[in-house]
Amino acid sequence: MIDTSIALPTQAAKVSLFRKLLTNPTGAVSMLVLAIVALAAVLAPVLATHDPGLASLQSVLAKSSPDHVLGADSAGRDVFSRLLFAGQFSLAGALLALVVAVAIGVTGGLVAGYYGGWFDSASSWLTGLLMAMPGIVILLAARAVVGPSMWLSMMIFGVLLSPAYFRLVYACVTAVRNELYVDAARVSGLSDFRIIGRHILTVVRAPVIIQSAMVLGIAIAIQAGLEFLGLGDLNIPTWGSMLNDGFINLYKAPTLVLWPSLVLGVVCIALTLLANAMRDELERSRGPVKRRRKGAAVADSAEAAAKRGEPAVVHPETPAGARTASAGEVLLEVTDLGVGYDQPDGSTTHVVNHVGLTVRRGEVHGLVGESGSGKTQTAFSILRLLPQGGRVTGGSIVFDGTDLARLSEKEMTKVRGKRIAYIPQEPMSNLDAAFTIGSQLMEPMRVCLGISKAEARKRALALLAKVGIPHPERTFNAYPHEISGGMAQRVLIAGAVSCEPDLLIADEPTTALDVTVQAEVLDLLRELQDELKMGVILVTHNFGVVADLCDRVTVMQTGRVVETGPVRTIFKDARHPYTKQLLEAILEDAAPRGPLTSNARPSKDGSLTSLTGVKP
Amino acid sequence: MTETLLDVRDVVVEYPLKGFRKEPFKALKGVSLDIRPGETVGLVGESGSGKTTLGRAVLGLAPVTGGSIKYRGQEISKATRAQRKELSHEIQVVFQDPYTSLNPSMTIEQILTEPLTVRKVERQAANKRVAELLDQVRLPHGAAHRLPREFSGGQRQRIAIARALALDPKLIVCDEPVSALDLSTQATVLDLFIEIQERTGVAYLFVSHDLAVVRHLSHRVAVMYHGEIVEWGDGEQVTGEPEHPYTQRLFMAAPVPDPDRQAQRRADRLRLLDIQHQQNVQAGVA
Repeated sequence: MIDTSIALPTQAAKVSLFRKLLTNPTGAVSMLVLAIVALAAVLAPVLATHDPGLASLQSVLAKSSPDHVLGADSAGRDVFSRLLFAGQFSLAGALLALVVAVAIGVTGGLVAGYYGGWFDSASSWLTGLLMAMPGIVILLAARAVVGPSMWLSMMIFGVLLSPAYFRLVYACVTAVRNELYVDAARVSGLSDFRIIGRHILTVVRAPVIIQSAMVLGIAIAIQAGLEFLGLGDLNIPTWGSMLNDGFINLYKAPTLVLWPSLVLGVVCIALTLLANAMRDELERSRGPVKRRRKGAAVADSAEAAAKRGEPAVVHPETPAGARTASAGEVLLEVTDLGVGYDQPDGSTTHVVNHVGLTVRRGEVHGLVGESGSGKTQTAFSILRLLPQGGRVTGGSIVFDGTDLARLSEKEMTKVRGKRIAYIPQEPMSNLDAAFTIGSQLMEPMRVCLGISKAEARKRALALLAKVGIPHPERTFNAYPHEISGGMAQRVLIAGAVSCEPDLLIADEPTTALDVTVQAEVLDLLRELQDELKMGVILVTHNFGVVADLCDRVTVMQTGRVVETGPVRTIFKDARHPYTKQLLEAILEDAAPRGPLTSNARPSKDGSLTSLTGVKP
Repeated sequence: MTETLLDVRDVVVEYPLKGFRKEPFKALKGVSLDIRPGETVGLVGESGSGKTTLGRAVLGLAPVTGGSIKYRGQEISKATRAQRKELSHEIQVVFQDPYTSLNPSMTIEQILTEPLTVRKVERQAANKRVAELLDQVRLPHGAAHRLPREFSGGQRQRIAIARALALDPKLIVCDEPVSALDLSTQATVLDLFIEIQERTGVAYLFVSHDLAVVRHLSHRVAVMYHGEIVEWGDGEQVTGEPEHPYTQRLFMAAPVPDPDRQAQRRADRLRLLDIQHQQNVQAGVA
């Protein structure tokens, strides 16, 4: 038995969001700007050279001078000092709106999303109503009723902003409400309050923080807008009211409008950029750094050589195994294949090293291994369909005389689908829900074989009948969600063999299916393979499937081939310790547990002793 | 054997469907079984057979609309939140997917102490318990301060088992606990299940689609099909010489890891399907 449970991975460094933002240039600059503005507002009483409300007739609309650094406004008040004090009120007002919006929106979203029911319907209706209402009109109406109070209008604005949070939190909560760990917490008897606090709040934290930076910017802009229209409280300095004053005196003192708009612009841009930077850091991982070609190739071959390890056990052809199947010509010859993934730091992680594989025409070749053994990576590299960042780092894939590893993307497109076909593991996610089964079957045939629509339709119906679908016409017109998983896999098999390929790559074709459906699909694959004389690479972890279908088997472990040979030899005479381990782990032939004997129970009254021997 | 730990009688679970006056979907159509202390009852079936629903009904996570579920004589199918909290001491769960059953933002220690906090266990005692639990599932103590994403599938499932054991339950509902694991990891985790049972005497309701896994672990086995139990009895008998036609089909469909025996089974299966088809035709069903 392989004991993988004891070795622990190295501890992943926990990097706080703040640290991450400091290393992100946009994040660092915007945080610096915001910190300076906030600090200036807090230290306004210390930094200001004048009382912000002190009017002086001598300095009405004064130009900048040592006494008034940025000049003075229409009432002779010092612009620099007003700018600092206005920061206090403007930022506090925007924060007030934010706090109100978060308090209402997040609480409402949590409760509605977690419990659902009437509160859900009522609050969703209410948010819809709030979002439909014109915000600025309500703010104007509120001012007419309660008078010009900046605080009150910001609170009302907070209520108007709350749907943004409600929707966000609601979406997050409904997504995690049915997660298994929430179920486990329920079974543990945790109260709803605790479940929300511990499991659900952590999920909504990141999006709420991002949204807050955005909302703060909007609140500052709207507040400035109101003040600019002259609807603000004239007793307190704000950036908006300074803007208003500057606009009135635009021709007499053009710089008056410049300073508040500069501060407003910088703060709003910084908040938006900060939100973007946070989104980048929290929700997206960066792609790999572009690598330098030459040095990398040397490093590749060096690392690959180090990973070669001991040679694989190769069983020779036995007379019994050399029946019809392996007598055919060699269809695919993979030699020394290496597959690597480029990492963000410029290095390459090698997941497949020096893999060799020979598939003959008419042979089913099983590629067996556990997760992380590189079996799927090998299959994908033959199709040249490696995920983002992956590439073939060495070796050759000779298919019918041409090296696929050296073909251009355009040439490869001609091989893929037509000469090498593919059957995926998850049938449902490989059919497009927006198109009917029929159109998805016809499209590749028309492209690959260049036949007419009517001809393709005829062929598609024949194929559906061939793969054992009871009502081909009905399935042809159905959408993927209308058919079962087993049917979907039959459809995909029909699509794979539609262009009569030479090589079929099946990646765990029955793993997602029920066992009775699996047996049917295996029967189907055997029939088709017999009829079309294809070479088949069957990627699987199930030795039962291997025994059912394969002629030859290659066993992979951690990106290397450890053993390869005819199927009977592998089952009866495995040499490599890893193959032996895998075969031992099979439960099919294990003895049944047998009935429960009364002396197996620890005590008569059914109470149990724990590990420590203390009765609960 | 007279005492029964869990007694499930004629349980019906219905999910309302969208649409006015539409018949609700019946996930369970009157299911009965019982579990004795220290026993493993295997529940086999294919997707949509209702095996997971039965497990969730026992845990209070599925709406029971008929029948009764009695735990030591006490009716629990309509338990309130407070009663559930008491029951959390008795009935626990290990879910299928080790990747979504652990909260990714909590450390292993937080995950394991969570059930203990409900019991208001002292901080120091809780820490001691975490160390014991990690011992029980053969994980090093250093694991306590790590996050779930740092562990492999098999290790995560061990953590999920440790969480289920935290309150010393008498019954653990295991919902496909090994089907997401690799073959060799699966074998070690199954051994762990058996070992824990032999040491603590906990009973399992073991839900799985894999006949071989159930056979290896279960004292008694129930086979489910379309929301009903079609065969129920001794594990050896149900998984060795099944009587119900569906169980026979299920048994024959699982491929044996031996090319020659599998060829034989394939032929047997086709013959069985043929015979069953004939019988259906004669009975006028098909």
